Amino acid sequence: MNSSYAVPAVALVVVATVLVGAFGLRISRTTSDFYVASRTVGPRLNAAAISGEYLSAASFLGIAGLVLVQGPDMLWYPVGYTAGYLVLLLFVAAPLRRSGAYTLPDFAEARLSSHAVRRLAGAFVVGVGWLYLLPQLQGAGLTLTVLTGAPQSLGGLIVAFVVVATVAAGGMRSITFVQAFQYWLKLTALLVPALFLVLAWQGDGAPRHAFEEPAAFREQRVVRVGDSVDLTLDRPLTVTASGTIDGRTHDDRRVRLPAGTHHIEAGTRLTFAKGAPVPMADRGTNGGMSTSLAASREERPLYATYGLILATFLGTMGLPHVVVRFYTSPHGVAARRTTVAVLGLIGAFYLLPPLYGALGRLYTPDLTLTGDADATVLLLPDRMIGGLGGDLLGALVAGGAFAAFLSTASGLTMAVAGVLTQDVLPTRGVRHFRLGTVLSMAVPLAASVLVGGLPVADAVGLAFAVSASSFCPLLVLGIWWRRLTPPGAAAGMLIGGGSAFVAVAATMAGFPDTGPLHALLAWPALWSVPLGFLTMVLVSLATPGQVPTGTEAILARFHLPEDLRAEVKA
Amino acid sequence: MSGFLAGLCVAVLPLLAAGFWLGRRTARPDGLGGLGTPVEHATFETLHTASLAAPPLRAGLTEETARKAARRLRTLLGTDALCLTDQKQVLVWDGVGGHHRTEIMERLAGPLETGRGEAFRLKCDAPDCPVRWAVVAPLTVDDRVHGALVACAPRESAVLVRAAGEVARWVNVQLELADLDQSRTRLIEAEIRALRAQISPHFIFNSLAVIASFVRTDPERARELLLEFADFTRYSFRRHGDFTTLADELHAIDHYLALVRARFGDRLSVTLQIAPEVLPVALPFLCLQPLVENAVKHGLEGKAVPAGKSHISITAQDAGAEALVVIEDDGAGMDPVLLRRILAGEVSPSGGIGLSNVDDRLRQVYGDDYGLVIETAVGAGMKITARLPKYQPGVHSAARRTEE
Repeated sequence: MNSSYAVPAVALVVVATVLVGAFGLRISRTTSDFYVASRTVGPRLNAAAISGEYLSAASFLGIAGLVLVQGPDMLWYPVGYTAGYLVLLLFVAAPLRRSGAYTLPDFAEARLSSHAVRRLAGAFVVGVGWLYLLPQLQGAGLTLTVLTGAPQSLGGLIVAFVVVATVAAGGMRSITFVQAFQYWLKLTALLVPALFLVLAWQGDGAPRHAFEEPAAFREQRVVRVGDSVDLTLDRPLTVTASGTIDGRTHDDRRVRLPAGTHHIEAGTRLTFAKGAPVPMADRGTNGGMSTSLAASREERPLYATYGLILATFLGTMGLPHVVVRFYTSPHGVAARRTTVAVLGLIGAFYLLPPLYGALGRLYTPDLTLTGDADATVLLLPDRMIGGLGGDLLGALVAGGAFAAFLSTASGLTMAVAGVLTQDVLPTRGVRHFRLGTVLSMAVPLAASVLVGGLPVADAVGLAFAVSASSFCPLLVLGIWWRRLTPPGAAAGMLIGGGSAFVAVAATMAGFPDTGPLHALLAWPALWSVPLGFLTMVLVSLATPGQVPTGTEAILARFHLPEDLRAEVKA
Repeated sequence: MSGFLAGLCVAVLPLLAAGFWLGRRTARPDGLGGLGTPVEHATFETLHTASLAAPPLRAGLTEETARKAARRLRTLLGTDALCLTDQKQVLVWDGVGGHHRTEIMERLAGPLETGRGEAFRLKCDAPDCPVRWAVVAPLTVDDRVHGALVACAPRESAVLVRAAGEVARWVNVQLELADLDQSRTRLIEAEIRALRAQISPHFIFNSLAVIASFVRTDPERARELLLEFADFTRYSFRRHGDFTTLADELHAIDHYLALVRARFGDRLSVTLQIAPEVLPVALPFLCLQPLVENAVKHGLEGKAVPAGKSHISITAQDAGAEALVVIEDDGAGMDPVLLRRILAGEVSPSGGIGLSNVDDRLRQVYGDDYGLVIETAVGAGMKITARLPKYQPGVHSAARRTEE
């Protein structure tokens, strides 16, 4: 697509983020404005900030790609990403705020008064943060590649550099405003083009066959296959090909492919006639954000769906960058109100990506072949509207996508760097925070450059799974069960989170390719979350002498509203 | 291939962490096996066991600490059973023969009363009971009996009597240290309570005088100022809780500044830059207001001429896990050497104990890393930076403001 508008749009977003972060609303006030200057962040502003930080690349681009490739089954992703906040609202938000904890390790220490558990929680924060940063960087790489044809790792490098520079220089001081700004930017960047696209769809006679029949090409289209791919055909298909199919080289000739599986080499150019059905590409080997685990999903759809639901429902509460934002709420009730507002904002946002996915099924079905399904959102305006308008809308979407990478990545980097400085690196001070920032970004950046074509939406799912199996038991039992002991909490986090982590590693290494074991490892939440809970409960019951003293008082503080507590004390 | 690399990276991380942890554990200096003669080795062993038993006892004599210490103490004595009691009950019974618990408690009445050791034969109906004989060594701190250490053995042994006495004395020392620890904590708490900033009497006199001067000329203004004064004193006299939130502290500063401005009029200007993220941070009660008061005083001090103006800026920034509060004035400044001596408590400053008081309290609550940082020179104003961690165990703001 035309990059002459997209690149300035991306640059504009980066500059705006840096400027709002450094100077935005740091207005000096005189004493007459004292009340204005020292007013706490309201629930709505804070909710926008949480949403802005939370809506990541996987949400912005990945869901549309997933819906495009795999159809309406994938709507569980947006549902899960949203419903996680419902669980957070019901069980965690207010008590977590009342605990006074800023980070998850703080919570572990406040509840269990144990340094060892604090360290362990810190280690898991770093692990989850790194797992979650990886897809952000890769998404940035993919976006920039689609927009300008730059090498895959460049986008990640840019995001990493901008984030480290702004965070380390202390440029994220007004982070609440930056993130709230990012939310509205992302919403606008999806909503405005979506309106135009729906109008274009109406003008096109509003075709409704998106999910009913196999996708078909609406016009003659040339598809260049980026990575080698296996195509499965239900019936014979005639294409014009230049390149290598099934080991035979064709040079711009009409080829009739019989039904069955055909291997297309990278670089082959296929021209499909109008109305030709889009062949199914055999996924699993090539990259992109929304592929990879599809195989096991197709084998065991029910298990995979439940695994996904459990991971996203319970994993949200353990995301380090989300938890720290709740500290900004002045008290428990405000934290609850904030969560309700977040549910509304995120719910509204997630209506849009599936719309793009459905439209993509109609207008850009060829993306399933090239492995660029995640670029659906970026390419749709160009395809459906075209011309200057299409370019401008495409630029808007690209800017929104970069806002998504920047906001999530900076939030995560701050959270991980905070834990690294406090609990891992030896001494304190501003310089060490900078060191922590560099370190927290360097590891995922190195990983993303080393392992270029990693399936990205799955990395997000796996980060959620690890978070759900380690922090969800800690938070829920820590808040609601008075017999939790430090050894129990440590064992539960280690076994639950650790096993999920091992499953993640095995899946990424592609250890068992197919079969039930692969499904088990690819969707670990369904067994690792109960395992974490069970270990935590059993070990706690086995060590009843180690219930921390003062547990009753701590739980009372978690659950009593602040006003009441002041009266009780006075 | 790339997926495999990724998996490998992820798999290596926990391995590295585990290796680091194992290395830390094994690097502890208990590998003295090959060092010295057997006698020296035995000494090392004994000292090591004693050092392991010490930390739990340093927390006083409770069921939990007794349980942790008893096993080590039994190794130290080499007996079959060891029991620690307090005045009323058996805290822990380590080893065999636990069915003698009640009997021991009955027989202990005498030693616990007199505080003198004793050895006696145990009555037991079981023919194969492994313990037949017990030696009691009372645990006394400051001449008060806290409990007893009871060592049991199959038969009489003079060595055990002597050893139990020595171990009991060693335990006594640990318990005395625990007592000392406790009184130190109490002292610190008392000190914090005593340091709990008092508002300066001068301020009260000056405020009342200013209000009095407005009563005739501008009764409405006088009424407003009286309300400000009431709000500020209510805040500073409140009794519950040692901690407050930054938002509440800033409101108190606002009331304070309103009164000060009434006195100095245009001579004083204040700018604020507050990041809303840090407003919920909990901090020791009245620990910023003295800094502002100090800035007001210094700002206006060097400028005796009525026309002299002073500017104060108050900034609160979000810095990761900390909040950074900076209070700056452009007044007379101070000689850094003098300031250092004031903070060290060598010289008592002329007007109140504001700075060193705040510094002491911050250090006591957050640790020595979190003292005030003051940048100043004569004639160059003063910049005071306070770092407040967003979370610190035991620091919770007492209440929230009722109005929203």
